[in-house]
Amino acid sequence: MANPLKCDLCDNSATVHLTQIVNSKVHKVDLCESCAQAKGVTDPSGFSLSDLLLKASLNPDQPETAVTCEQCGFTQQDFKKHGRFGCPQCYEAFSGVISTMLDTMHNGTTHTGKVPQRALARKTLYDRLTQLEGELSEAIKTERYEDAARCRDEISQAKQTHG
Amino acid sequence: MIDTPSELTDGSSSKTAIVLMTRIRLARNLATMPFPGWAQPAQREEALDICRAAVVAAPQMKRSLSIDVAELSDLEKQILVERHLISRELSTSKGGSGAVINHNQAVSVMINEEDHLRIQVLRSGFQLKKAWNAINDFDSVLEEHLDYAFSSNQGYLTACPTNLGTAMRASAMMHLPALVIAGQMEKVARAVNQLGMVVRGQFGEGSDASGSIFQISNQTTLGEAEPEIIKRLGSVLSTIVDHEKNARAKLLETDSGKLLDKIGRAFGILQNSHILNSNEAMNLLSLVRLGVDLGLFPEEKRSQVDRLFIETQPGHLQYAQKGIIEPEKRDLLRASCLRSEFANFEKPASITDKN
Repeated sequence: MANPLKCDLCDNSATVHLTQIVNSKVHKVDLCESCAQAKGVTDPSGFSLSDLLLKASLNPDQPETAVTCEQCGFTQQDFKKHGRFGCPQCYEAFSGVISTMLDTMHNGTTHTGKVPQRALARKTLYDRLTQLEGELSEAIKTERYEDAARCRDEISQAKQTHG
Repeated sequence: MIDTPSELTDGSSSKTAIVLMTRIRLARNLATMPFPGWAQPAQREEALDICRAAVVAAPQMKRSLSIDVAELSDLEKQILVERHLISRELSTSKGGSGAVINHNQAVSVMINEEDHLRIQVLRSGFQLKKAWNAINDFDSVLEEHLDYAFSSNQGYLTACPTNLGTAMRASAMMHLPALVIAGQMEKVARAVNQLGMVVRGQFGEGSDASGSIFQISNQTTLGEAEPEIIKRLGSVLSTIVDHEKNARAKLLETDSGKLLDKIGRAFGILQNSHILNSNEAMNLLSLVRLGVDLGLFPEEKRSQVDRLFIETQPGHLQYAQKGIIEPEKRDLLRASCLRSEFANFEKPASITDKN
């Protein structure tokens, strides 16, 4: 999208310029006539601007860095090919690659909606217990029995509070 | 009767008439598994088992039907697609995909479509808030048993970044014949797009808008909370309803002869034709439905037309005949089904009067 006169999807010059304003935020797409037609921009049954933006941001002209998700082995090349990620951890691995894209695609870059409270409480408890168990075995190993007793109390307390 | 278009002025009932159905869909994924499109077959099976166990155990899914997509015949899959219970994508998926559908088909869950879970709640008419409350409760129940992929910054993590955040797609199926007849649909679609909403045909992405039925949904999912998105979509939908009402009033005022002629001819063809493809049938039924809204046919006929929208789809027609039928024979069958449905359809007095 660096050159506004060039189509976002191919190298032809852009003649169709779309502007979308959502909550005072301007999103722009420039297309050549054949891409506009192929994407159904002129079709009354509609088209999806976000799909277009996704494809435009996957444009091979963009500088490439060889990022791979350590969790699932997904590569940036795979993302270009599928337009979908491999696993939830990919969002962290590719955060640098997608931040601009998310900004263009959505109404903001931070989630302000529902939070899975129960799942998060469960995760917090799990993390806390793992930490305390680590501290406990460390305390036993170094014969710090007072600390060990405290850890044991805290573990049983945490388990009790969260049922 | 035409002179007093009560349906047009009566807000609530004509709102239900224009908005056929409201639907909200949430995408959810398991935190520790690869997304379905990238998962190995064994991982897909594992995710299917984990998700299905949680879904069928939820109180919302009492007496539900749990299906393995691979075990369905092509015809059965087509029926589920035509009823908006599964997507076309799920119907063509490889092994390890499933769906769970509740007893009245208002709640359904697709497992291992693009995301591990695609939860859907349907409500007839314009009921965005009720649909949101229902799906929010159901989602909270599932969350007790499933560890969702979630980041406090980016929200629910989905296979495609276009769904990231709330991962919610709220939509309404709208019947907009007057806007189509008046040639205003393109303009409306463009305006709706500028407001951050998407207009599609009734079966989603890439489907056509036969029968003047359109699906309008939110486009962005990150940066706004669910109730805000729903509020924004609701106000866009209300505006479209008003535009459709105005277009109807204008057609009646300036070109009522032409409009009545279209509806009368549609009625005549439905009563007498012998070959009808599904696209033509949809368009004719759409005109009769408009006739019901305008008071040309009794109010209770609207539900019959809505039922026929679905029953004359290729999958439903063939299923009723218990086998695959080639398109030419299907068109004969569709016409014969519609002839018998419309045989007892009262001829509207107003059409006779006007002509």
